[in-house]
Amino acid sequence: MTTPTNTVADAAATRKRRMSRILGLGLLPILLVTLFVVLGLIEPRFLRSANLINILRNASFLMLIASGQMLVLIIGGFDLSVGAVVALTSVATALSMTGLVSVFPEAQLFVVLLGVMAGLAAGSMIGVVNGLTVAFMKVSPFMVTLGTLSIASGIALYATQGVPVYGMPDEFTREFGRLRYLNLPVVIYVTFGVLVALWWVMNWTRLGRYIYAIGSNAHAARVSGVSTTFYIVVTYTLCSFLAALTGILLTARIGSGEATLGGTLMLESIAAAVIGGVSLRGGVGRVELVALGALFLALVTNAMNLVRVDSKLQTIVIGVVIIVAVGIERFKSRGKIR
Amino acid sequence: MGTQDKRDMASGDTAPVDQSGGSDPSLLIEMKGIDKRFPGVCALDQVDFDLRPGEVHVLFGENGAGKSTLINVIAGSFAADGGSYMFCGEKLGRLTPYHAREIGISPVFQEFSLAPDLTIGENLFLGRELASVGVLNKGEMRAQAKSVLEDLGFDLEPHARVGDLPRAQQQMTEIAKALLREVRVLILDEPTASLSERETDRLFEIIDRLKSEGVGIIYVSHRMAEIKRVGDRVTVLRDGRKIGTVDADAVSEENLVEMMTGRTFDAFFPKIEHRPGDVALATTGLTTKNRQVIDVDFSVRAGEVVGIAGLVGCGKSELARAIFGLHEITAGALMLYGKTITSPTPSQMLKSGLCYFPSDRVAEGLSLSRPIRENVSLAALDLADFASKGFLKIGSEKARAAAIVDKLQVVPLDTEKQVEFLSGGNRQKVMLSRGLARDINVFLLDEPTVGIDVGAKTEVYNLIKEMAEAGAAVVVISSELPEVLHLSNRVYVMHRGYLAAELTGEDITEANVLAHFFDRDHETEETSSKISEGSGP
Repeated sequence: MTTPTNTVADAAATRKRRMSRILGLGLLPILLVTLFVVLGLIEPRFLRSANLINILRNASFLMLIASGQMLVLIIGGFDLSVGAVVALTSVATALSMTGLVSVFPEAQLFVVLLGVMAGLAAGSMIGVVNGLTVAFMKVSPFMVTLGTLSIASGIALYATQGVPVYGMPDEFTREFGRLRYLNLPVVIYVTFGVLVALWWVMNWTRLGRYIYAIGSNAHAARVSGVSTTFYIVVTYTLCSFLAALTGILLTARIGSGEATLGGTLMLESIAAAVIGGVSLRGGVGRVELVALGALFLALVTNAMNLVRVDSKLQTIVIGVVIIVAVGIERFKSRGKIR
Repeated sequence: MGTQDKRDMASGDTAPVDQSGGSDPSLLIEMKGIDKRFPGVCALDQVDFDLRPGEVHVLFGENGAGKSTLINVIAGSFAADGGSYMFCGEKLGRLTPYHAREIGISPVFQEFSLAPDLTIGENLFLGRELASVGVLNKGEMRAQAKSVLEDLGFDLEPHARVGDLPRAQQQMTEIAKALLREVRVLILDEPTASLSERETDRLFEIIDRLKSEGVGIIYVSHRMAEIKRVGDRVTVLRDGRKIGTVDADAVSEENLVEMMTGRTFDAFFPKIEHRPGDVALATTGLTTKNRQVIDVDFSVRAGEVVGIAGLVGCGKSELARAIFGLHEITAGALMLYGKTITSPTPSQMLKSGLCYFPSDRVAEGLSLSRPIRENVSLAALDLADFASKGFLKIGSEKARAAAIVDKLQVVPLDTEKQVEFLSGGNRQKVMLSRGLARDINVFLLDEPTVGIDVGAKTEVYNLIKEMAEAGAAVVVISSELPEVLHLSNRVYVMHRGYLAAELTGEDITEANVLAHFFDRDHETEETSSKISEGSGP
């Protein structure tokens, strides 16, 4: 475009693009730093290393599950079942470990390994069901995952009758659950590794490219020869796998299998993803920002705990944060529609 | 690539209807007796089609004539229910879009196959990324994308996000995507609908180059000038049947319209007696908040039809929407019967006797799952005929709806039938009937004949004639040039939100209207004279 009007229009477009990039990228880190500084100033306990590690640990659980939620949101879906998957995984892991430990009392490490695999498999199965139903029956992901949410938490509750399952090997609950390296809980390392791997997948592999493409315009992806159904199933499975991983790490930390674990994680995972700039209409989202979104939520929760906000009031604050985040997301995307 | 795939597909043949008779291996595509049925409609009925190397074969016909179905069959998106499809002398069986691309059939559909959140470069390679074991080779793809765009002479940045591009550049991206790999058959579906004149010229240069390389091009278009400019042969379809194939040089516009509609030219476009009276609706300096309408002075008088033409996205439908109160107005004045209206709302405009009929009947116009009766009365439930004190008068509503439906000859006449079971033409009639359910004197019709068949079109044209001759002010906003040209007393042309021209009387010609479609600085004497050769009187 060489005409002067077009150059002006181009410059305006560039400015607009830069503006939206600042809105999308810059706001969250700035908000985080501000929150951090303000908290540090008004509440000295905030800066204690034990508190900071605690925030990082809580954020890690959320980052894991939110990055799974992000995958599903980017492909244009929705996963309400992640919280129930955490519960199901917790129960499946605990029950299989306690069962196996009586069979192989000497081989605790083997029992732990089998138990972890059983938990991951049980959780991921829910994702397979979600993916197959969404991809082939073309049912709205909202309803499908609402259904599997009910099924998964039903199984978990029925299997335990609502009673926590104790008796897992010490290797799992003590050694692994409280394992630290350089004074940081092992969860943080696991999460960091997963996030880096996901970043790589989303930016440098065909799988990542197709997840964006399908969420952006499924029809276009299909006519370009992308097997959309296959990638939808893979994405839902990955999401549930990450939720299951979260479930195992949480179980190791609390030391028992609980059918009520992860009750708030579904809402929080969606919140963290949306705060991190993931579009509810699909096609847009970056794992590094979702991690920041999760960190933001963990900070807010921690701050409320420190200044002793009633836990019942806290859920109200989280609700407000979610609505504001969705409002900002909507506002940002309005300019893009032509 | 090619041969192996072709053999595989031939062995998986599921359409074994064998048409005896010699096939010509020099043809790129030879289709015989193609049938395609959708539930309730026969989209293609025994259609023959062939394509020679190095020619542009134009497909011409109304919306719903079967053009898109045919190119979808050729591109592998739909499987034909019967007939034979030969590609380079070899019979094709079940073809998928993917395989079609592999053997060199590259479609450019109107509905873009682009992911808006990906960049141009990423879209060019979508579905055929250069990768080893799933890991993308980004550098190589970037380099290839750049060289393809440069080779085509498109002024596009490979790293720009497609969703941020104007429609014309998206169209060019789509064309570049189709030409990324070696192509033997290129399908272009109304490619110039959103391109500027300069970009169109560039496209025609590319078409000429591809022709000289022996590529066969299937070109779907409505524009007479274009058909003359690039077309070698023209195949006319009507109601799913092939009417004939003619040489583009030897055929006139009247001929093509008559082949397309099955009616004489004059019977298709009724002669409207315009008797312009008082100014019914006028705007001065109208500007919307979204800047899609800028400084528009526009007026329509009682008893006349005024057409508004322009490219997709030029603001022509936004103008009507702003008047009806669907877009926020930030500057300018709006007058209805001499009365100034500051911030219009739909309910207020309806009460004042102005109604807007949206182009997207499914998304904005009709409640598909509700009966005809409720759709007819929806915009008039505040009137005493239909309700009082919040209670509906079902009996009176039924009678009024039945009378209107009867007048418009909606099929079926049953007012309790749900609208979703109606054809496009009948849906449009139900929409227009809203204007009859209450006292409407100003009709803003946005693409009134999009997606409806020839018969229904004629009926809609006649309805417009009746309304105008009865003294209503009618505004026809349309992308179908002939419609605007032949129905209107005056024609406005919009360009990038501005009113580019107002044409009256003898000046209303395709050449004059098209001349204002594009940026003025690209306009040359040569092109406008070229266009006028192709247009009728």
